[in-house]
Amino acid sequence: MKSWIAYWNILLKDMRTYYLKPPNVSWGLIFPLAWTSMFFIRSGTGLEDIMILLPGVVAISILFGTTSMLAVTVTFEKKNRSFERLLLAPISFELLMLAKTSGAILFGVGNAFVPVIIAVFLADLTQIAWHVFVPAVFMIAMVSTFLGLFIAVAVSEVFEAQTFSNFFRFPMIFLCGLFFPIEKLPVFLKPLSYALPLTYGADVLHGAVHGNHMMPFALDLALLAAFCVLLFAASLWNIKRRWIL
Amino acid sequence: MTESICVENLTKNFEKVAAVDGISFRVRQGELFGFLGPNGAGKTTTINILTGLARSDSGTIRIGGIDCTGNPRAAQHLVGVVPDESNLYPELTGFDNLCFCAALYGMGRTKRKARAHELLDTFDLTPAADRKFAGYSKGMKRKLTIAAGIIHRPPILFLDEPTTGIDVASARQLRHLVSDLNRSGTTIFLTTHYIEEAERLCNRIAFIVSGRIVRNDTVEHLIQPIKAKHIMRIACATMPNDIHAKLTHAFSELIFTITNEGFIRVESEKPVHVGPLVRFLEDNGAEVTEARRMRPSLEDVFVNITGIAADAMRKEKEKRGGGQ
Ligand SMILES: Nc1ncnc2c1ncn2[C@@H]1O[C@H](COP(=O)(O)OP(=O)(O)O)[C@@H](O)[C@H]1O
Ligand SMILES: [Mg+2]
Repeated sequence: MKSWIAYWNILLKDMRTYYLKPPNVSWGLIFPLAWTSMFFIRSGTGLEDIMILLPGVVAISILFGTTSMLAVTVTFEKKNRSFERLLLAPISFELLMLAKTSGAILFGVGNAFVPVIIAVFLADLTQIAWHVFVPAVFMIAMVSTFLGLFIAVAVSEVFEAQTFSNFFRFPMIFLCGLFFPIEKLPVFLKPLSYALPLTYGADVLHGAVHGNHMMPFALDLALLAAFCVLLFAASLWNIKRRWIL
Repeated sequence: MTESICVENLTKNFEKVAAVDGISFRVRQGELFGFLGPNGAGKTTTINILTGLARSDSGTIRIGGIDCTGNPRAAQHLVGVVPDESNLYPELTGFDNLCFCAALYGMGRTKRKARAHELLDTFDLTPAADRKFAGYSKGMKRKLTIAAGIIHRPPILFLDEPTTGIDVASARQLRHLVSDLNRSGTTIFLTTHYIEEAERLCNRIAFIVSGRIVRNDTVEHLIQPIKAKHIMRIACATMPNDIHAKLTHAFSELIFTITNEGFIRVESEKPVHVGPLVRFLEDNGAEVTEARRMRPSLEDVFVNITGIAADAMRKEKEKRGGGQ
């Protein structure tokens, strides 16, 4: 019970001081909006095109929304030492880090629905398998957040976290089958695609939106879950090793 | 349980620096324990290890009867920590900072609000309760950081240089608050490089120099051997280089020390006769400007034991903004 009071208040504080601040809310809206407009306009408004593009746009929105937040909520707080106060709290380290990442996960889920809402006005979304789409969005938000966490704890400056995450983010747009099918990638890049978690997230989204996917949903989601556990554990290990000297 | 903190053979190396070099000490329940040493002595490192913010290379730690050697977080519910630099949230108000810290210890909403108000009142911060922490003065920041450290009424409190770098009035107020806190039953581990502060506040003091404890005793015991001594400080505008040797030769019953600041410190079992001493100095080319009797204090003990001139410590103080 006591631990949950701590968990809830860490989440609430991050929400108030970071996620719900006008710059972040507008960033969270404008960024997906920009992606969405760019792709939808370029596609030439064919209805089928929008359905083909939607999964990729949703995935990008989540990826960029979540990963950029961890640089602030974790790296910045480490730098100004307020993170030490959290480390001194009598709650388990795992719960502490879950509290620090929950805000970003929710933020990512929120970001995901910006393109969806736009698409409502442009296309018929009744054919989307929501019972698959929603869990996929959640899992992608989780895995992107933990990827962001992994990056945020591997560096010590906020700008490094931003630069380093771009190093991951931009290649992922092309490698994870968001807009171009993985089969069309050069053979030597394919193994790389399968090593990136977003590949499996995008696969589920494609399947949920227009029925075209490579792997069973259960397998995709299980792999995403495995990536989450792996990235979270690696981040915790890194914090213990690098921050608690 | 009568021992709040029990440390055996603690060591910590940073690359080539032995920051903490095999220290052992015990802090009894209810004690105000002073950890006194110059900058870089290893005080903060010791606190970090004891509170789980740093790992030791070897040694054992028990806090509040709990063995924390392998698991430094085991006793975190028992301790409050006030770091040397504030680690509160600059963008939150004073009140919100305290409420947030209380929530970290699992306090319910009504309880935390009541406690936050109570502490803001104790620390005279009520008028600033709704202002952002970033806009606080240094003294106010330190006070709120201490309030945050004791928000959950910890039985054991770590205070890292609480009066360094803040104004005189705030420093005095803080010392009173620390005393009160200790009187009401909190065991306090306080680090400082102000000798007078340690003497005034603490029951027991450990002198730490270069990661080693060179002496650990009650203030009474530390002062005892020097209490009956007579100390005099002579200021000279000019002083020949070999004056120390000459003085020692001429006045064999007195002990002389030349401080970095150009004072001659005279220590004696009996009252010092100033006349002959000043005449001797003038005859030997020194220009005496002042001779003053000093009250024997912990400073003298510290100088005797550590060999570190008290002004070396005082210089640190001036450099870092003073706190008397
Ligand atoms: N993170 C660190 N990396 C390297 N050296 C450190 C680190 N922290 C402290 N030290 C060194 O350890 C010694 C003790 O430092 P510290 O515990 O901060 O001293 P104090 O608090 O008594 O002023 C110093 O020589 C300092 O330079
Ligand atoms: Mg220090």
